[in-house]
Amino acid sequence: MELTWLTELLADNRIFTLQTLGYYWDGIVTTTQLVFLSLVIGLLMAIPLAIGRSSRHRWISLPIYLYTYVFRGTPLLIQLYIIYYGVVFFDGIQETFLWPILREAFYPALIAFTLNTAAYTTEIFRGAIKATPRGEIEAARAYGMSDALVMRRIILPSAFRRALPAYGNEVIFMLHASAIASVVTLMDITGAARFIYARYYAPFEAFLFAAAIYLCLTFTILYFFRYLEKRLLAHLKP
Amino acid sequence: MLDLHGYGPRLLEGAGVTLQLAVLSLTLALILGLLTASAKLSRHWLPRKVATLYTTVIRGVPDLVLMLLLFFGGQILLNIITDAIYDRFGLDWYINLNAFAAGVITIGFIFGAYMGETFRGAFMAVESGQIEAGKAYGMTPWLVFRRIQFPQMMRHALPGISNNWMVLLKTTALVSVIGLSDMVRIAAEASRATHEPFTFLIPVAIVYLLIASVSEWLFVWLQKRYNVGFGGR
Repeated sequence: MELTWLTELLADNRIFTLQTLGYYWDGIVTTTQLVFLSLVIGLLMAIPLAIGRSSRHRWISLPIYLYTYVFRGTPLLIQLYIIYYGVVFFDGIQETFLWPILREAFYPALIAFTLNTAAYTTEIFRGAIKATPRGEIEAARAYGMSDALVMRRIILPSAFRRALPAYGNEVIFMLHASAIASVVTLMDITGAARFIYARYYAPFEAFLFAAAIYLCLTFTILYFFRYLEKRLLAHLKP
Repeated sequence: MLDLHGYGPRLLEGAGVTLQLAVLSLTLALILGLLTASAKLSRHWLPRKVATLYTTVIRGVPDLVLMLLLFFGGQILLNIITDAIYDRFGLDWYINLNAFAAGVITIGFIFGAYMGETFRGAFMAVESGQIEAGKAYGMTPWLVFRRIQFPQMMRHALPGISNNWMVLLKTTALVSVIGLSDMVRIAAEASRATHEPFTFLIPVAIVYLLIASVSEWLFVWLQKRYNVGFGGR
C-alpha cells in the first residue's frame, strides 16, 4: 500500500493511527449505507403514501395521517428501540429465513429509519401536491386526462420540484438522526467515535473528528441540493 | 390493565425529567436565539461572523455527537478552567457537570442556533417604519424593543418556535444515551429486564404524542393572541 505519506503524517500522535482512521472510514461507510438506503426506500414509499394522503376518501387518507402523525410525533430513538427490541417477539420469526438478517442491528435500524423518513417525506410531498395551482388541474381535465394521467403528468412533476428544498432538509435531518444508530451497537461514524473515546479517553479528538466528518457530509448534501434547485427550479427565478 | 412490573412510579419520574429538561432547554434556546438574532443583525462584523459560525456549525453536526462531546469533554474542559483559576488566583472551585446540566446546555445550545434563524427572519419582518416611529416618540432602544419590536416579531416567530419546540421535545430522548434517567432510558431498561419492550416503549411514545398535542393546542392559542388585530386569523 502506498500509504507511507499518511504514516509519516501520523507518526507523532497517539490517537489518529491508521487503525483508528480505519474505524472512522468503516463508520462513514455504515452511515452512508444506512442513510442512503433508508432515504431511497423511504422516498419510494412516500410517493404512493402522499397520493393516498391527499385522497378525498377518508378511509384512505386517515390511516396514512395516523401513520405520519405517530412517526413524526415520537422520537426516532423510541421507534428504533421498539423495532430493535420488539422484532424478537413476532411469533416464529426466529425460524424464518428473515432471522439471520433481522438479528443484526443494521436491519432494525434500517427499518426504523426508513419508516421515519417515509412519514416525514409523505407530509412534505402532500404539502407540495396540495399546492398545485387549480388551473393546471382544470386545464388537464379539460384535455380529457384521467385522474391517473393528471397525477402522473401534471401534479407529480411540479410537486417534486416544489418539494425539493424541504426534501433537502429532510436528507440532512436523516444524516444527523442516523447518529443514534450507535446506541444499538452499530459502528457508524458516531459509533466509531465512541469506541475511540472509550479506548483512549480522548473526548475532544474522538468527537470533534466525528463532528468534522458530519460537517463535510452535511455541506456536500447542501451543495448538491442547491445545485439541483438551481437546475430544476430555474423557471421560478425572477 | 397495563402491568408495568413496578416500573410505573419510575416511569412517571422519568416523564418529569423529560418535561423539566425540555422546558429548561427551551428557555435557554430562546435566550440564545434572541442573542444570536441580534448578533446577526448587528452593524459590526465580529458578532455577525461569530453568530454565523455558531449557527452553521451547530446545524451541521448531529445532536448526539454534540451531546457526547459536551458530556464527556465538558468536565475535562471545566477542570482545566478551574485549575487555571486556582493557579492564577488561588480560588479553589470545583464545578461538577452532571448529566442533567449537560443535557440542558447541549439541547439549549443546539436549538439556540435554530431559534436564532427563526428570530432573525421575524425581526426582519417588522417594518423599519415602526422602529423609527418609536424612536421619534423618544423611546429608548430597550423600550422600542420591548414595546414595538418584540410583540410584532413574536407574531412572525411563533410558527417557527412551535416547530423548533416539537423537534426539541423529541431530541430530549437522546439524553438517555448519556445516562440521564428520562422516561426513554427507564423504558429501555425495563424492556431489557422484563423482555416486554412493547409494554414500556409504547406508553412512552404515547406520552410524547400527548405532550406534542397539548403544546400544539397551546401554540394555536398563543398564535391567536399575537395575531390580534391582523385580519382575524
